[in-house]
Amino acid sequence: MITLDELLERDRQREEDGFKRKIRIGQIVKPGSGGKEKIIVVPTTVEEKFFHDEINLDQEQGEGEPTGGTGEGEEGDIIGEQPIRPEEGEGDGEGDGEGPGEGEGGEHEFEANAYELGKVLSQDFQLPNLKDKGKKRSLAKYVYDLTDKNQGSGQFLDKKATMKKIVETNIMLGRVPDISDIDTTQFIISPQDLIYRILSREKDFESQALVFFLRDYSGSMGGKVTQTVVSQHVMLYSWLMYQYDKQVETRFILHDTDAKEVSDFYKYYSYKVAGGTKVFTAFKLVNDIVERENLAREYNIYVFHGTDGDDWDKEGVQTIAEIKKMMLYVARIGISIVEHSYVGGKQTEVEKYLKSSGILSKHKELIKLDVMGETVDDSRIIQGIKRLIS
Amino acid sequence: MELVSQHVKGIMEECKVRARDAGLSFDDESLEYIVTNRDLIELSPKIMIPTLYDYWVHDVKVLSGKGMYEAYPSNPYETVINTRPAISYYNDNNPDWLNVMIFYHVLGHIDFFQNNLFYKNTWEVDLTGQALADKRLIAKLRSEKGRLVDYVIEFSRGIDNLVGYYREINHIISKENLSKKNQGKINKIDYYFDIFLQQLKGVSHNTYLKEITRYNNSQKTKSNFFDPITDKYPEFEELYKKAKRSNKHYEPDIMEYIIQHSPFLKLDENKWMKTIIQIIRNTSLYFQPQIRTKIMNEGWASFWHEYLFMRDDRICGHESDFAKVNAGVTAMPKVGLNPYALGMRLFQHIEDMEDKGCYSFDYYCQKDEIKKQKYNTLKKSGTQYIFKIRANMNDFTFINRYIDQEFLTKHKLFVSGKRFNQPRMSWEYYIKSKKAEDYKKMVIDTLYHPPEIQVDAEKSVKGVLYLNHTFEEKPLKRDFIENTMIGIEYLWGGPIHLETSEPTAEGKPAASYANFWDPATPVGKTSEPKKIQWKRMRYMMENRKLHKREL
Repeated sequence: MITLDELLERDRQREEDGFKRKIRIGQIVKPGSGGKEKIIVVPTTVEEKFFHDEINLDQEQGEGEPTGGTGEGEEGDIIGEQPIRPEEGEGDGEGDGEGPGEGEGGEHEFEANAYELGKVLSQDFQLPNLKDKGKKRSLAKYVYDLTDKNQGSGQFLDKKATMKKIVETNIMLGRVPDISDIDTTQFIISPQDLIYRILSREKDFESQALVFFLRDYSGSMGGKVTQTVVSQHVMLYSWLMYQYDKQVETRFILHDTDAKEVSDFYKYYSYKVAGGTKVFTAFKLVNDIVERENLAREYNIYVFHGTDGDDWDKEGVQTIAEIKKMMLYVARIGISIVEHSYVGGKQTEVEKYLKSSGILSKHKELIKLDVMGETVDDSRIIQGIKRLIS
Repeated sequence: MELVSQHVKGIMEECKVRARDAGLSFDDESLEYIVTNRDLIELSPKIMIPTLYDYWVHDVKVLSGKGMYEAYPSNPYETVINTRPAISYYNDNNPDWLNVMIFYHVLGHIDFFQNNLFYKNTWEVDLTGQALADKRLIAKLRSEKGRLVDYVIEFSRGIDNLVGYYREINHIISKENLSKKNQGKINKIDYYFDIFLQQLKGVSHNTYLKEITRYNNSQKTKSNFFDPITDKYPEFEELYKKAKRSNKHYEPDIMEYIIQHSPFLKLDENKWMKTIIQIIRNTSLYFQPQIRTKIMNEGWASFWHEYLFMRDDRICGHESDFAKVNAGVTAMPKVGLNPYALGMRLFQHIEDMEDKGCYSFDYYCQKDEIKKQKYNTLKKSGTQYIFKIRANMNDFTFINRYIDQEFLTKHKLFVSGKRFNQPRMSWEYYIKSKKAEDYKKMVIDTLYHPPEIQVDAEKSVKGVLYLNHTFEEKPLKRDFIENTMIGIEYLWGGPIHLETSEPTAEGKPAASYANFWDPATPVGKTSEPKKIQWKRMRYMMENRKLHKREL
């Protein structure tokens, strides 16, 4: 049986032959109870042919695909309802193709898999390393070392400490009459004087990254745009996991006209599109969280935002204000705008106000913008990541 | 993968006897294998044919299939493939009673494969043997030509949904009905109705139907049908003779056209590629009937497993187990479509209707609903009737002909819609329609229907291959056009043009407004969506670069 590595090698060869790559790294989410889920990394590919497009042209706005049904009732009767914005813990909010579900396996297994994906990414796509801005320090992990001392028994005799202890005991016993001429043969040595080192848990200090993922899931974000944003964020997340050796913490925020924090990555990427768009709410929520939990002191903070560039706040007054606030502590803001194909050559609102505010050139080390079309392939998405973290 | 035990095979043979008594017909031989989940995952990308050629896309699918299985384990009860002898796969450790039920289901499938006319092109082929030969040939070529082989496979598969299946099947069936001498030649009646009246004269629907009536009458009265024609159209005889001589209504599909005419494939060093295209084309043709008879095939198998197992003494003691498993397979979902369930119920409905003589002019003329419900001529020909349907129809004709209001009413079926409720921020599911016409359309929309794309030989000049997509109010999936055309360009060795239709932006439905007269109707229901405007586009692929232009 052929391995994933061999398949990817074969795919690389396609480029040499002048054809586009065909293999994408996909994820399957294994559902489980209590929000515990597991991500499984698999390759996927599409065999392109001439197919009819599935779009239903004469469908009305806000109307889904019709299908069959059976049961009692008259035409027009409502037979069921499904909330668009699922509540936390409800656990049934997956979108079409964006994430096939959610739910066991636990945090650890997921991270292990994301770590694998990150490894594949940084090996195969040669992403540049994230700059380590780790001046701030924080508790990160424990190491085990022979640092604790114990009298009488232990794993390793600490000779120096033991010697000191013996001298001390003998002084107290009055067996050292002259401090300048010590006769060690006269020392009494009690078993209690032997000092040993024993294994103990030590806190290790390492630089720490905190990454906020922000995603627009407003009504306009349906279909491809969301897939592209999510796909980029999955790669970013996986790669950060790898790069920071799992020392990365993540928070996830979804917004339409309101922003809300969700507890894990699955909820983050699987929730369906909802209402209108107010971009600033997401940035505001990040600022609030950072302030409330006093995070800026201890973390490198990264913020990545994915949107289609649509905003009810056309001038971006509130958004720019929130971003400026963020500039005070953030290590990098990366905004990706995925344009709908109908946008054409025009700039989207978010792109327009970000550019006119001058914030991009003034803080070019701290904020990066990447604009791409909704139909881009993986290599473009990866290029986007490079740009965001360059 | 191993054959089932002698005990289990015994159960199968017993089932065959009873199924034959009920009227099913199939070959004596069949092979039953026990497979592990791992086997299944590895087989499914190869459309369950163990001997299918190797290809990297299959490997990708196996890897993702394994991941999928880890996340969502699920095991099918059975899988049958249309080979001679028919091969079926099972999971281990089914209890005997369940095997009886599953075997009846499988026999239903085998009967369908071996009797439905649309499968005629597969009846004379030993698929497993053929596939094995192809697999070896491809392996040999791969050792000589390297990864070029995989590109040729990829690009051939890129157009393998455009094979001329109906032409092929028509050819096979009409070949049988003609004498040796006239093989491949068109007969006078067909020429008159299919070509002369429709294509050359372009007569109205009405005239056409009148001619058919006249033909039917002439059959009864034994009068010469063609006498008045020669008077009316003196040129007819000459034209027919000409058509008969030229015998030129053979239109190759894209794959055949490329094999015959591609300048690139004519080069000595590329001739081997034709073999691969041919293999891909034949494999695709083999599976065409399957995709086009899903509802019927599953419905037929479900119909018979239920019918036969309920009358089988081996059900004793397992009635409720059966009910549970059977409901799992054949229940109609509250929202959604289950082809097994739909097909099964439709066969049952047709049998019932025919038993009562409802497929008659007399019934059609009944206007009284009560009388209609009580209508019964005790015709009792339902069973023979559904056997005829299983032999002569495919999903489209089956659905289109037999879904009627009686069927919807009997099973409380409806088309369900889904709409966005802004204030409540929710999706609402509602009963959209209970009309047979709407339900029929909804089901037909789910059927397999590849685009109709042909080579336009007259426009294929100066090294260009000109493809024409027949307009059916459906655009092509735009993202896939580029790579598909790159593939065709490779096989053709020159520029490719594709003519197709796309909706224009103005064609979007008009903004919806509230209905003041009846606020209860959902918003937008009353505003007729604007008719979609279509424009004809030409895509041009040259040196792996895609351009497009409005025509």
